[in-house]
Amino acid sequence: MDDSLSLKQKNTKIVKILVLVVIGMFGFGYALVPLYDVLCDLTGLNGKAKSLAAEEVLYKVDMSREIKLELITSLNESTPMEFRAETKQLKVHPGEYHTVYFYGENMTDKLLHAQAIPSFTPSIAAKYFHKVVCFCLDQQTFKPKESKQMAMRFAVKPDLPEDLKTITLSYTFFDNTKAAVQN
Amino acid sequence: MSAVVAEHDEHHEHEHDDHDHGPAKGWLRWIITTNHKDIGTLYLWFALVMFFVGGVMALIIRAELFQPGLSFVEPQFFNSMTTMHALVMIFGGVMPAFVGLANWMIPMMIGAPDMALPRMNNMSFWMLVAGIVLLSSTLFMEGGAPAAGWTMYPPLVLQTGAALPFAIFSVHLLGISSIMGAINIIATIFNMRAPGMTLMRMPMFVWTWVITAFLLIAVMPVFAGAVTMLLTDKFFETSFFDAAGGGDPVLYQHIFWFFGHPEVYILILPTFGLASTIIPVFARKPLFGYSSMVYATAAIAFLSFIVWAHHMFTVGMPLAGELYFMYSTMIIAIPTAVKVFNWTATMWKGAMTFETPMLFSISFVVLFTMGGFTGLMMAIAPSDLQYHDTYFIVAHFHYVLVPSAIFMIMAGGYYWLPKWTGNMYNEKIGQLHFWLSAISVNILFFPQHFLGLAGMPRRIPDYAVQFTDWNMISSIGGFIFGFSQLLFLYIVVDTIRGGTGVKATNEVWDGALQYGGGGTQGLEWTLPSPPPYHTFTEPPVIVPTEYQH
Repeated sequence: MDDSLSLKQKNTKIVKILVLVVIGMFGFGYALVPLYDVLCDLTGLNGKAKSLAAEEVLYKVDMSREIKLELITSLNESTPMEFRAETKQLKVHPGEYHTVYFYGENMTDKLLHAQAIPSFTPSIAAKYFHKVVCFCLDQQTFKPKESKQMAMRFAVKPDLPEDLKTITLSYTFFDNTKAAVQN
Repeated sequence: MSAVVAEHDEHHEHEHDDHDHGPAKGWLRWIITTNHKDIGTLYLWFALVMFFVGGVMALIIRAELFQPGLSFVEPQFFNSMTTMHALVMIFGGVMPAFVGLANWMIPMMIGAPDMALPRMNNMSFWMLVAGIVLLSSTLFMEGGAPAAGWTMYPPLVLQTGAALPFAIFSVHLLGISSIMGAINIIATIFNMRAPGMTLMRMPMFVWTWVITAFLLIAVMPVFAGAVTMLLTDKFFETSFFDAAGGGDPVLYQHIFWFFGHPEVYILILPTFGLASTIIPVFARKPLFGYSSMVYATAAIAFLSFIVWAHHMFTVGMPLAGELYFMYSTMIIAIPTAVKVFNWTATMWKGAMTFETPMLFSISFVVLFTMGGFTGLMMAIAPSDLQYHDTYFIVAHFHYVLVPSAIFMIMAGGYYWLPKWTGNMYNEKIGQLHFWLSAISVNILFFPQHFLGLAGMPRRIPDYAVQFTDWNMISSIGGFIFGFSQLLFLYIVVDTIRGGTGVKATNEVWDGALQYGGGGTQGLEWTLPSPPPYHTFTEPPVIVPTEYQH
């Protein structure tokens, strides 16, 4: 510290610096939110890779490998739905397109807005999953007691690492009615 | 003296107007005081009260777990107790106790007349009180106190009833309070050291506190941000942690532990400083490896920022992530071992005596090492999958908090009580308190290792019958430990009221003057016992000792 400053000036200076650090760190906490998303997209961490609908690309089908795909479904908290995968398990060759169907039913006699959220195990598989059509891309609206069949068309990319032989894809439906009605 | 005082007043007018007279009269003294000794006393009493409040909560937990089945309390209330016990002990007990010791001792250890920012010092204490009162008030709210664990993971924590916003605001208050305390400590240590008290001559307690203060400033705002996100998720339709809106609950765990891991070192670094200050005095030898102690403390503080995800090995990280957090966590064992070996080497061939502060310090070295080893076990990612969320974790962090942090706070209390009060405490009862505590703390926490390895989950009010025996033993240990602490309360009150009748000398402990400082004399031991209301208004002459250099 500069000797020419009085003690009071020195204290004021250090307090100013430290308060800036505090504000900066509060901002850093918030900066972690987008940072985390970037990191997840890069690494497939938490199976959170972007699942935007992409154009159907013609892959070279790798017939030498067969990947077991397991589809599991669940409901968040008390989402009033019946929700199941019509195909629970299938074998796919990397590069090959498949369409699978899910069954969803609104168990109430009220309008229901629900959003399906995917999650992959192992999480790294998310990066190699190419979705063309998916009911999870948009919020689903169910009329009272309505039931519907929902499609997901996908391919597993051929550059999938060799050691991945089984991929589990889980969908969870979240009741979004409250937020949807408010907007 | 009065002439000097008058002159001093003229020069400084209002800014130091409370420097030159004694304490204010009456109870108002304790509300308006800006004196570092008064505020230190307030913090220490507050921490002691909270220690008993948190202790009662712990005994409710142990009473419920004495046998399987629901015996005394509802599961919801049980979970409130585990949550509140943690919050009260961390934010109301251990942290304020360290701030209290810092307030009392740091100015006296570096030859400063007071803390750098006395008014802010008063404010940070009363904000702490406000925060804890707000937190405690949630116990009486609809839906009960927060019950989702002190880590407050969403989405579970968002199910908290009316208490949620109050708990979050209380975290904000506690955070602001400790940030202000930290800023004050840094300003004091950087700007107010007596001439000649160079950084590398400071007592280790001062060193560990300045590093702790930087940790506080760096991570408390992040925690405040995380709970603010919880608040907006709950009430303002944001989706930071709500998967339906594109958020991720795991993100909360990352942010929380980015705060949480440095936070656990905030609780342990001043502990190390106390041990490094007390052990040399009772071994009558300079601290072994002073500079390595400083560097080890800094290294531990740095590492604390880059290891957080070892608290969440089970959330599903990529293999590379698990390996990184596993190895980086294991590296912490190296600077920590440097410290343990230095304490041991300090005692080696020393002329040791075993007064109560030393007994607590030695048991700290032994029991902290055990807690450190279980930490190393948990650092191993594949093994941690078994330990995660079991009583093994509970045993681990209680070993590094109770017989480590709290034992050293007790040691510090015994060590400085004669200085603070001018009276010697009752050594016989002190030793009884030590032996009861040291034995019962092991009866209390050691069996929890077995329970955890056998698969008993933490935060449950009921358990499978095969866990009964060890739970009973643990509960018995808990009640002995809890009631033994009343002896400490008795000793403190008794000492203030005259104690054994033996007046403490300035040095109090044989060797304190020579070995109780860092690279200098122990400055607080040059002062009378009890010290006058204002000390070191003129900076002391620093006499370096032939120490570590």
